Amino acid sequence: MEELANLFHGFAVALQPYNMMLMVVGIMLGVIIGVLPGLGGANGVAILLPLTFSMPPTSAIIMLSCIYWGALFGGAITSILFNIPGEPWSVATTFDGYPMAQQGKPGEALTAAFTSSFVGALFAVAMITLVAPLVASFALRFGPAEKFAVYFLAFCSFVGLSKEPPFKTIAAMMIGFALAAVGLDSITGQLRLTFGVTELLNGFDFLIAVIGLFGIGEILLTMEEGLSFRGGNAKINLRVVLQTWRELPAYWVTSLRSCLIGCWMGVTPAGATPASFMSYGIAKRLAKNGKNFGKGEIEGVIAPETAAHAAGTSALLPMLSLGVPGSPTAAVLLGGLLIWGLQPGPMLFVEQKEFVWGLIASMYLGNLAGLLVVLTCVPIFAAILRVPFSIIAPLILVLCAIGAYSVHNSTFDVMLMLVFGVLGYLLKKCNYPLAPLVLAIVLGDKAEEAFRQSLLGSQGSLAVFFSNGLVSTIMILGLVALFWSAIQEGYSRLRTAAA
Amino acid sequence: MTARRSDAAGPTHKAVETGMALLIAAFGIIVIVGSLKAGITWGAEGPRAGFFPFYIGISIVAASAINLWSALRDHDDRLFAEWGQLRQVMSVVVPTAIYVGSMPFVGLYVASIIFIGWFMRWLGGYRWLPTVAVAFGMPIITYFVFERWFLVPLPKGPIEEWLGL
Repeated sequence: MEELANLFHGFAVALQPYNMMLMVVGIMLGVIIGVLPGLGGANGVAILLPLTFSMPPTSAIIMLSCIYWGALFGGAITSILFNIPGEPWSVATTFDGYPMAQQGKPGEALTAAFTSSFVGALFAVAMITLVAPLVASFALRFGPAEKFAVYFLAFCSFVGLSKEPPFKTIAAMMIGFALAAVGLDSITGQLRLTFGVTELLNGFDFLIAVIGLFGIGEILLTMEEGLSFRGGNAKINLRVVLQTWRELPAYWVTSLRSCLIGCWMGVTPAGATPASFMSYGIAKRLAKNGKNFGKGEIEGVIAPETAAHAAGTSALLPMLSLGVPGSPTAAVLLGGLLIWGLQPGPMLFVEQKEFVWGLIASMYLGNLAGLLVVLTCVPIFAAILRVPFSIIAPLILVLCAIGAYSVHNSTFDVMLMLVFGVLGYLLKKCNYPLAPLVLAIVLGDKAEEAFRQSLLGSQGSLAVFFSNGLVSTIMILGLVALFWSAIQEGYSRLRTAAA
Repeated sequence: MTARRSDAAGPTHKAVETGMALLIAAFGIIVIVGSLKAGITWGAEGPRAGFFPFYIGISIVAASAINLWSALRDHDDRLFAEWGQLRQVMSVVVPTAIYVGSMPFVGLYVASIIFIGWFMRWLGGYRWLPTVAVAFGMPIITYFVFERWFLVPLPKGPIEEWLGL
């Protein structure tokens, strides 16, 4: 019951006029970010993060998280109208959304997409409301060994769950850890890996990496493809919306299943993109008219959109309760927390009640506001895409440069951003995943600290990670996740051998 | 902006994959060397600064070795990209590098005006009027949003100083 009271208090915070205004501004910016190629949730939030330095933390997180919701909504617009996924997680939405738009049903497709996103998000927020405080109070008992085990589990899940080759995932992740280690060692106060370069004293800031890897890298990919936007008209009127809403409840099984897939994939750091594909694939296999998928089935829009939004939202659960972000965008928000002087992790629920519950309440309101904004303003957002790429591209590059500069007021960072951009382009083309790299830069220091503190306690013996039931369980889960693809392969071989 | 040329030539995927694996391995070796310098043994206060990154470096080299092996074993000869496409990419990378490199000297605003103008005029083929409008409009909006409303200072050069901004 205490949670309920806290939540109501949170609503009171989120409903303050100033915070409501930031919410709407955030949603608008977020949709624009989601619509534009090269500006995604993660780097969009990273670029705008400096704008919030002077705000109170609760208002700042409300605005930034609303940008994230907006970006999740916005990705669907370009997928359906232009067959161009504005975000990786909306790729699966193009499979059925674009055919629907071509058959003269863009309004239905958009309404279905937005409504499903809203349902997915609502489900995930409700889960966060119920589960996050429990996880946090449980995590309060964690010592350094348990903390390290949680990080270990998070990173192992990347290796086991991502669709990229496991050793490429490991390589990308380890690059992140190495970059995080550069600079001042937080425990001994000693300098390391700087090779005498003074600019590297403070190490690599992950915000610069995010802006470069995701922003510049994406622009370069778009340039290579030589994109030109061609697309249908976006017309949504109330009649179409109401008519689609009447149809949607028939697909409640798909919705519920997609919500569950999304929440699971969001909490384990697999993220929104695999969640949307998985949900689409399962819906295709189980639906009555599964073979019509890909030709404009409304169910093929509902499944990926619900899952993507549920995953994107539930990625905040481990961030809030454990300090382990479930997605790159959640990682940027976590970076924001550190900048505003808050310590992410279970203590937030004890020490910063107003912040946590204000954020959770704003998730309910922000997604509702988002639904209303996208349903009413689709034509405006679609018009943005008709601005040619040769105007959009330099503007986005300039914005990225501004964002990179204002993190530390350093022009060296801007150059670093470009290096990360070229690196991001090459890594992406070679099938190296970028999300674990970014998460490793964010969590590297904390993971190392937990690791070294545990070893200190045990005089250097690795047995400390298996010293009690709790830590052993988490470590074993991590190992299972790490070798998941090998386990699956072995199992299927056993079955074929037995048959 | 059509990059598709009929002469489909360019570096193969295999070559770039191999190069990437070697590059990452080289980075791993740098990390190992740096860690050895910082000390990887146990000191008075527990593991020394290079302890953790040393093993990270080892993992990078090991993972790259496996990636290199699978890249070399790969028999598909898909193209990484066509030369024409890479030229498109370089036509963004090079000016951006100049833009970024000139920022400490001329400031963000002047560099942005030239950069946007160059991009629209030469890559986009726009007339002067829209080019000038966007090239000046965007930095002016930026100035008000960042410096005036949100009080975030951006790098300025001699011209801004002369204007007294």
